[in-house]
Amino acid sequence: MTVDIIVNLIYIVAAVLFIYGLKMLSSPATARKGNFVSAIGMFLAVVTTLFVKEVVEFQWIVIGFVIGAIIGAFAARLVAMTQMPEMVALFNGFGGIASLLVGWEAYHANPLADGMTITTIFLSILIGGVTFSGSFIAFAKLAEVIGGKPTLFVGQKIVNALLFIVILATGVLFIIDPAGSGNLVIGLIILSLVLGVMVVIPIGGADMPVVISLLNSYSGLAACAAGFVIQNNILIVSGALVGASGIILTNIMCKAMNRSLANVLFSGFGATTQSAGGEQQGEVKPIVADDAYLILEAASSVAFVPGYGLAVAQAQHVVRELGDLLEANGTDVYYAIHPVAGRMPGHMNVLLAEANVPYDKLYEMNDINPIMSTIDVAVVIGANDVVNPAARHDEGSPIYGMPIINVDQAKTVFVLKRSMAAGFAGIQNELFFAPNTRMLFGDAKESISAIVAEFKEG
Amino acid sequence: MDPTTLIFLAFILVLSIFLGFEIISKVPATLHTPLMSGSNAISGITLVGAVVAAGSAGNETMSIILGTLAVMFATINVIGGYLVTDRMLGMFKKKPTGDKK
Repeated sequence: MTVDIIVNLIYIVAAVLFIYGLKMLSSPATARKGNFVSAIGMFLAVVTTLFVKEVVEFQWIVIGFVIGAIIGAFAARLVAMTQMPEMVALFNGFGGIASLLVGWEAYHANPLADGMTITTIFLSILIGGVTFSGSFIAFAKLAEVIGGKPTLFVGQKIVNALLFIVILATGVLFIIDPAGSGNLVIGLIILSLVLGVMVVIPIGGADMPVVISLLNSYSGLAACAAGFVIQNNILIVSGALVGASGIILTNIMCKAMNRSLANVLFSGFGATTQSAGGEQQGEVKPIVADDAYLILEAASSVAFVPGYGLAVAQAQHVVRELGDLLEANGTDVYYAIHPVAGRMPGHMNVLLAEANVPYDKLYEMNDINPIMSTIDVAVVIGANDVVNPAARHDEGSPIYGMPIINVDQAKTVFVLKRSMAAGFAGIQNELFFAPNTRMLFGDAKESISAIVAEFKEG
Repeated sequence: MDPTTLIFLAFILVLSIFLGFEIISKVPATLHTPLMSGSNAISGITLVGAVVAAGSAGNETMSIILGTLAVMFATINVIGGYLVTDRMLGMFKKKPTGDKK
């Protein structure tokens, strides 16, 4: 057998390992092993590639690998769980730039390639570039280096459409005359980077779960495109798996917000502060930690509903401590998690897992809502729009139709919040004025610590 | 690239996408963040392409730079992605077992 055939056989094994690894992610019990299986697949694929006939020197591979491994290992070790969205955004971007570079190098090595190969190079550069710069903007928004508000200007859609047409035209010129297009490639790279920036800036901070999922999908498609460039099956299979995964997550996030993908991408939701809801009836009833303690102490069931504010306040550990104390007190404790709570899919689950909350205590929206009316106290921690009852009945509300966690149906609702400011979507929340709602103002972590202290004294 | 190769590769692409949909739709919401970082690591498979690029660069400076950078970025993706996913998944526990570190 020739080396090439052996290499390709091992690629098949690697693909099978990726598929098994992803399959094992279907349960938290096997997930960690699954990740390991997938990593073995990657190891096999990369080591095998060192033996293909085109690879004749190793010094540059080793240099790139060592630098990359050091950066990657440190990043993975040091990142805080609250910063996972930023980290994933960055990594998506790195996947994109790698595909762009592979495409670029393939062109540089052989500018006289045939039209089809050049087409795949064009796609590899375009998708890679958009993924890279788009992910960086998403990262900057998540890390609050730049504002989370959508950036909108007059004629934005026209500018984007023109940009897209120019890119297509560049692509056509490039494919017609690849050899004479050395400068065109630079132009193409710049244009695709600009496009990536343009498509992410109009998207608001609250829509980040959708954007990260979509960029995740793009990073997979970028790997696919690079696979077409070098005609490599394993890149195409793996890229397609990742692409499908990103699309599924994007779809779940969109459904959880009752919005279409087009609406998320182009509407600049939250840019304008709506005066929706009009007059709010009722009054806000504040509560202090002492009284909150007395109510919780007497409750027989409590549901915690975390949102992005939990991550900001780093309150996951004290929440778990309070949960443990409540359980010791004979109370049933639930953690109810909305699909778009936080800044990426599953963000809250990871934070609570970090705080040692067992995963069988985490309830999805559809599991907790049917029993919500039997819950004595729902404790909303830094969540806002995902618990706004207006989504159920107020057709004028921008979030009308979005599935929510029905905390208003619990007997009592505590809302932990810094102030009366509106949520990310810029909408006032009628939950705060409901007769069974008590507002516990202040930093979520301090408020819960105060209740925990009461418990320990009592 | 001849059209037969293209069709062959497209075939693989389409089947893999369907397979991806089947597998991934079974992942529970609890694991969506590790799914993202884990699939992110898989998308670092571009490293295979990068290794070929860097290993066949010869004395061409531009190819060396592009190939080495590609290897570096893809490696960050692979190593960082798998390690952080492992770290996260290590935190998911079933019942409180009392062996907290």
